[in-house]
Amino acid sequence: MIRLEGVCKSFDRPVLSDVDLSVPESCLFGLIGPGASGKSLLLRMITGLMRPDRGKVSVAGSDVLAMGDMQLHEYRKGIGMLFQNNALFDFMTVAENIAFPLRRLFHLPEAEIAERVAERLSRVDLPGFEARLPAGLSGGQKKRVGVARATVTRAPIVLYDEPAAGLDPVTSQKIFDLLRAEQRAANSTVVMVSSDLDRLLTVTDRVGMMLDGRLIFEGSTEEAKNAADPRVYQFVHGKVDGPL
Amino acid sequence: MSAETSSGPSPAFAVLAQRAGDWLGVIGGFGVLFAEIVRRTLRRDFDRSEFFRSLYRMGIKSLPIVIVTALFTGGIMVIQAAPIVQRYGAYGLLGWGAGFGTLREIAPLLTALMINGRVGANNTAELGTMAVTEQIDALRALAIDPVGFLVAPRFLAIVLTLFLSTIFSDALALLGAAYAGLGFLGVEPAVFYRGLTTGLLDFGDVAHGLQKSVVFGVVIGLSSCHYGLSTQGGAPGVGRSVNATVVASAAGIFVLDYLLSFALS
Repeated sequence: MIRLEGVCKSFDRPVLSDVDLSVPESCLFGLIGPGASGKSLLLRMITGLMRPDRGKVSVAGSDVLAMGDMQLHEYRKGIGMLFQNNALFDFMTVAENIAFPLRRLFHLPEAEIAERVAERLSRVDLPGFEARLPAGLSGGQKKRVGVARATVTRAPIVLYDEPAAGLDPVTSQKIFDLLRAEQRAANSTVVMVSSDLDRLLTVTDRVGMMLDGRLIFEGSTEEAKNAADPRVYQFVHGKVDGPL
Repeated sequence: MSAETSSGPSPAFAVLAQRAGDWLGVIGGFGVLFAEIVRRTLRRDFDRSEFFRSLYRMGIKSLPIVIVTALFTGGIMVIQAAPIVQRYGAYGLLGWGAGFGTLREIAPLLTALMINGRVGANNTAELGTMAVTEQIDALRALAIDPVGFLVAPRFLAIVLTLFLSTIFSDALALLGAAYAGLGFLGVEPAVFYRGLTTGLLDFGDVAHGLQKSVVFGVVIGLSSCHYGLSTQGGAPGVGRSVNATVVASAAGIFVLDYLLSFALS
């Protein structure tokens, strides 16, 4: 289970205020909310890339903030992450990008790495793209390579930051279906930030909504769709009129 | 008349304090990064393949610019010395004069400035782009230490590149000077060579320049990696970082050259 308690963070102004969030094990959790409401920041805190000013972050009972370098290293081996900008390594080919965590962290035999890379590329509909460089890919292709890299280690926790940003509706739905299938196959805990609510809510088990640095809603997908809070209802249904 | 007086610091003082704080932050950042690089180097905890890849890109690919700079630097030294050499008929001292200035000062300094412009700027731009496109964060999220994987190998490659380039530069600048001496003053290369090797110059002069090259390499490596990693603000941020590293490295090179010239003499 991923648990955040009383998490606060400020830069020039407060960006997270007393956030309490629980993501049950093997759950696909959707984190929604307007831009700059602190969603991506929460993902960074779960990975230990950013520390809160106050509060507690724990994963599977371990306090992430109390981890030393070595513990953090081991902890991050169990996390897959897709960044908003994909963060593919420019100087590596598609295959090298996907193979990178397997090669560096798990030291698998090259034959097994090649097999896993080919299998991942096939899953994201990019077979034969092994030798291409990220600079030669379209936005959607980069996103799919990012998904392949995030899932190649079969990590128990996977975090996706805008997995469908910039994709056409069909590809977007395919990506969400793929991520759902991956999550079921690996029985992993997934936190997914996305602005594409129509498609996101087709795959989530639970949903949390951030607004101005606060978590204003947490519940099942059905509860989110029928939320009593007018802000949540307006956002989920994309209404123009309302308190937001 | 109001008895009220302002109790806070003056705006000028506040700006000065802010600037001083910024500078201390930069110096502190340099110190922390240097300590981390040294720690990984001593433990041999850095990526060898990235080191050799960087050495090729930074060292081998810098050879053309080093060759051109060194050959013309040697020639320029002779052209500048020519009126004095001719006035006093000191043709036999041309080799010593060119060698003294080249080995101790000009070759390490100009090579460092060229490497700063080519390699330092490029390194900052690469690391800066990686920082603003979240590639550095992606490394951390993948449990890969960016200092061991990217920074330490590049730092070591820059230091080694500058050291080896300075040796190469020394030789080529003297070759350029010898042939410029022949062309402009009619000094035979053999006479130039005797002036270079008849006791006025020794290995200490070569070592003087090489020690400087190592310090300059540390300055360029540290500055380019620090500014690259701390880049924020997209493409304009990368531009600002490249600008900052080129200026900071060049200033650092001149200041340390001045201090080292005293310390090593």
